[in-house]
Amino acid sequence: MASITDAGSGTEPARYLKRQTRWHWAETLFWLGTLLPFFLFPDYLQLASQIAITALFALSLDLILGYAGIVSLGHTAFFGTAAYAAGIFSKMVWGEPFTGLIVGVAAATLLGYASSFIIARFRHLTLIMITLGLALLLEQAANSASWLTGGSDGLQGIEIWPLLGHFDFDLWGYTAYTYSLIALFVVFLGVRRLINSPFGLALRGIRENAIRMPAIGAPSRKHIRTVYTLSAAIAGLAGALLAQTTQTVALDALGFQRSADVLIMVVLGGAGRLYGGLIGTIVYMIAHDQFSGIAPQYWYFWIGLLLIAVVMFLPNGILGGLQVAAAWVQARWSKR
Amino acid sequence: MLPPVFGVLFDGLAYGMLLFLLSVGLSVTLGLMNFVNLAHCAFAMVGGYVTVLLVNRYGWPFLWTLPLAFLIPALLSVGFERVFYRRFYGKSDLDQVLLTIGIAFVSVAAAAWFFGTTQQPISTPEVLRGSFHVLGLDIAPYRLFLIVVGVAVTAALIGGLEYTRFGAQVRAAVDNQRMASGLGINVERTFAITFAVGSGLAGLGGALAIEIVGLDPNFAFTYLIYVLIVVSVGGLGSIGGSLAAALLIGVSDIAGKYYVPQLGAFLIYLVMLAILMWRPSGLFGRR
Repeated sequence: MASITDAGSGTEPARYLKRQTRWHWAETLFWLGTLLPFFLFPDYLQLASQIAITALFALSLDLILGYAGIVSLGHTAFFGTAAYAAGIFSKMVWGEPFTGLIVGVAAATLLGYASSFIIARFRHLTLIMITLGLALLLEQAANSASWLTGGSDGLQGIEIWPLLGHFDFDLWGYTAYTYSLIALFVVFLGVRRLINSPFGLALRGIRENAIRMPAIGAPSRKHIRTVYTLSAAIAGLAGALLAQTTQTVALDALGFQRSADVLIMVVLGGAGRLYGGLIGTIVYMIAHDQFSGIAPQYWYFWIGLLLIAVVMFLPNGILGGLQVAAAWVQARWSKR
Repeated sequence: MLPPVFGVLFDGLAYGMLLFLLSVGLSVTLGLMNFVNLAHCAFAMVGGYVTVLLVNRYGWPFLWTLPLAFLIPALLSVGFERVFYRRFYGKSDLDQVLLTIGIAFVSVAAAAWFFGTTQQPISTPEVLRGSFHVLGLDIAPYRLFLIVVGVAVTAALIGGLEYTRFGAQVRAAVDNQRMASGLGINVERTFAITFAVGSGLAGLGGALAIEIVGLDPNFAFTYLIYVLIVVSVGGLGSIGGSLAAALLIGVSDIAGKYYVPQLGAFLIYLVMLAILMWRPSGLFGRR
């Protein structure tokens, strides 16, 4: 009898999913590499923590964009809401970091759950406009409610207590980077597990053909609602982390520019590839830091050119390009 | 004596006409090819800068520059259509959004490089300046002129679409692209011409907008949001829908800023979300 159950669990799809979950050596190398800033660039830990937070935000967008195929131009709605919620909580109630994170994530999750019912009904331009409109609406609301949010001056006077009562958020960013990196890694493990599950496969099915999925018995709208809420929660975690590590929230946490930037990062790295958002964020933010002397309007000239080049010549981003290159090298190698 | 609400209505209508000029091209091309063109307002900006350049550097009278503000973006857009857009017709929304956002970014940087980041001054002809009083209202001749141009363009577009052979081809292609090409209509050419006219109208709108809202390199993004709102509220591929949506958004924006200034642009976003929830394909959309 044991052999029958073995055969049952060893069917093709199950074996495929299992193969996908195995850790590749490059992945281990990547995560060991994230520890390098502690030893090699201790002056850049603040930047590193910003990168980790933005990578988390990119991961949340990749989940809906790269896997479920939902194009959002307003993902900052959740990022910014959580940032304000965490900031206001620590200002009005207390500065304990973990409870602040929970409050931020809860706010974003609630908003994400509520809006997911709308999102699941639409596709194409209407969907883009709904996501954009929601973020613009929230930005206007935050701007108008300056008694609560500080309006265009930003939310000032956030005091965060030391982490676990010991680790102060210092000027160099040791605590900030450790804190953000742990959050990123934990969420990454969860997302990695999720997309290699049958649910993850169903999401890719929705991306490829949203009409056919219900026909084979997959409740597309329910899946979209679930993944959208999850993505909102992760975006909220990133926003709350940003509020706590920088101890300020500016109005641009809800702005269109941030939504566009994170979209660019995901696409630059390669959407729907798990590491695409992370690699794209690292490349984009390090380049931005290195070229920070350039006036912002000229920075966007190069970004614009890069975008055109990526969609025309590298449709799957940096990772997709690397994959093609690796396959080419391998083919040359085996010919010899 | 009329109460001030009529003044607000008048300004709103003038502003709505401006939004209509800026957005009608995008609505038709979206309906025709389902192509999400976020660089549409970059063509409007080109029209604006053409007028600024001709008036301020070469001393042309304002009204004489308007035909060129139509023509140059129209020709430019044909070039872009040939080189870039054509390859992306069958691609996903995401690819189209990224390509056109990239073009818009480049256009903003190019405008900043050539003209600086400041607001461009413009001098309109004597007759269109100042204001006159009718029944206790201050009427600005320039806004009256905008309404006249808007009505004329609407009439020309509806006439052209309903009563000419080319218009019939465009309507056929919007309704069913495959069927239209099966009947021997050259859909690609139809689309290229429609695209050029739409971008030209956006350029004209950009030139006319300078007096009302100013012109700086961020125009390509600031007004993109308004244009997208008009297009999605009005429904794709419908001229009447675009006009109705543009007037609705124009009047709500002006009325909102006049009566509840603390809300800012809140009102139009709310109007858009409410309409899209009620009718996902817009007021007059069929798909």
